Amino acid sequence: MPRKLRPWLLSAPALLLVLLFLGLPVLSTLATTFGDPKGPLAQYATFFNSRFRMTVLWRTMEVALITTAVSVVVGFITAWVVAQAPARVKSLLIIAAVFPLLTGVVVRSFAWLVILGKNGILNDFLLWIGVISEPLTMLYTKGSVIVAMIYLFVPLMILTLVGVLEGIPQDLTDAAASLGAKPGAAFRQVVLPLAVPGLIVGSVLVFTGSFTSYATPQLLGGEGQMMMGTFLYQRAMVTFDWVGASTIAAVMVVVTLTTVLIMSKIARRVNPMAG
Amino acid sequence: MKQRIHPLLVAFAVLVFFFLLGPLVIILGSAVSDTSYLTFPPQGLTLRWFSNIFEISAFVRTMKTSFLLAVGGTALSMAIGIPAAYALARFRFQLPAFLGNIYVLPILIPEIVLGFSLMKTVAIGADVPIMLALLLGHALIVLPYCVRVVGASLNSFDFSIEEAAVSLGCPRWKAFFTVVLPNVRAGIIAGFILAFITSLNDVSVSIFLTGPGVSTLPIQLLAHMEQFFDPTIASVSVLLMGVTVAVMAIVERTLGLTFLTK
Repeated sequence: MPRKLRPWLLSAPALLLVLLFLGLPVLSTLATTFGDPKGPLAQYATFFNSRFRMTVLWRTMEVALITTAVSVVVGFITAWVVAQAPARVKSLLIIAAVFPLLTGVVVRSFAWLVILGKNGILNDFLLWIGVISEPLTMLYTKGSVIVAMIYLFVPLMILTLVGVLEGIPQDLTDAAASLGAKPGAAFRQVVLPLAVPGLIVGSVLVFTGSFTSYATPQLLGGEGQMMMGTFLYQRAMVTFDWVGASTIAAVMVVVTLTTVLIMSKIARRVNPMAG
Repeated sequence: MKQRIHPLLVAFAVLVFFFLLGPLVIILGSAVSDTSYLTFPPQGLTLRWFSNIFEISAFVRTMKTSFLLAVGGTALSMAIGIPAAYALARFRFQLPAFLGNIYVLPILIPEIVLGFSLMKTVAIGADVPIMLALLLGHALIVLPYCVRVVGASLNSFDFSIEEAAVSLGCPRWKAFFTVVLPNVRAGIIAGFILAFITSLNDVSVSIFLTGPGVSTLPIQLLAHMEQFFDPTIASVSVLLMGVTVAVMAIVERTLGLTFLTK
């Protein structure tokens, strides 16, 4: 084959798959939202003026932000401990974090269904030790969705941050210490700034992942705690309102893409290693 | 970076790992409980819930579908992803830089949006058979893994070996199969297996492309959970965790699990 064309011929099948079966369908979904006879933005006016839709949007934002914040704190502390652990312990801990990560969302959400249910394990336990006299309603609340979401994303955060923390050269903290920095100061002034880009990458993964999740809010939130993902599904497959569903899809795409773009720009700017 | 860490932080990390593994242990326990409802710690020991899986034809059928889909979708994705990754690594300066970003679009676009759009445009709009639409959807969502993981191996491959083979008269295609591919075998196996598990566990794309006729195991599990609450679901979950263990063993033997922290 001709020399110049070779790289393109090799790339063509993969490019075609993405452009034909992702680019085209997604663009067509976005395009249908502007086709309203009342004007191109009529669907969006409906969306942003509807109290119910805005409740779903804000609830999704809230759940995703809380999940991200908790995952950052929990993930960072845990990753810090894992990174300092002796090699053998460290590889065991990494296995312990990878295992839930590679186990499916349905299985992991199901576990919380068993734990938080009315006759679930947590209620059984609390009744048994006598803290409560009647089972609590924990399932189908915002809290249950958030707990399961944190459970879903903490392993991802830990693994992302372990890699980042391991990449910080020992020399830097040694140098800080030899120049008289107390461990706390060295951590704040050397380690933390170097970990910021990793924290941002991890946060973006967790935020977009929880913002667009479907199975977890479906199982643990139900109708009462509808989130963008479950709302999109309900509009598309239960009420067959495809234009409405497409508008929800467009809002999801805009929120996730802006988050990714803005945060990756910030990550690049604050990266002390990038000079 | 090795430093002494405060015991309180260690205690916190221990609690986090309890939190991560506890729920999975609970599933394991409730799958062997000799009760008709889900409970933990298990009361009595039985394997009947495992044999019960095979009594429910929907589980058997969707298990087959999911397995075929994961193997087929990943194979398709690899078949087109390996050449793409090779082109990116080998002709770095002849291809525009944004090309690499196109292959990760399936991660960037919310999966549920992709699933909905595929249903609307491809399955219904273009009347593509549902199984084929599922296959294409799964090939898409695993493409980033195929290109990225194989690409990581290719980036550390010394292309002068390939040039040596070609300059000694080996045809290019043959050099690709006998020199390049064997050298990045670890990346291909690890990429394949990570893509496989991603496809096997997928919900957001499959949910739109399954119906009364065709369904996948996770979708069937979701549907089952909304009606029944017996230990059969727990036992299917345990089987799926078994697949996860196998996947981890293979990744550990090829690229090493620490690859996942990079």
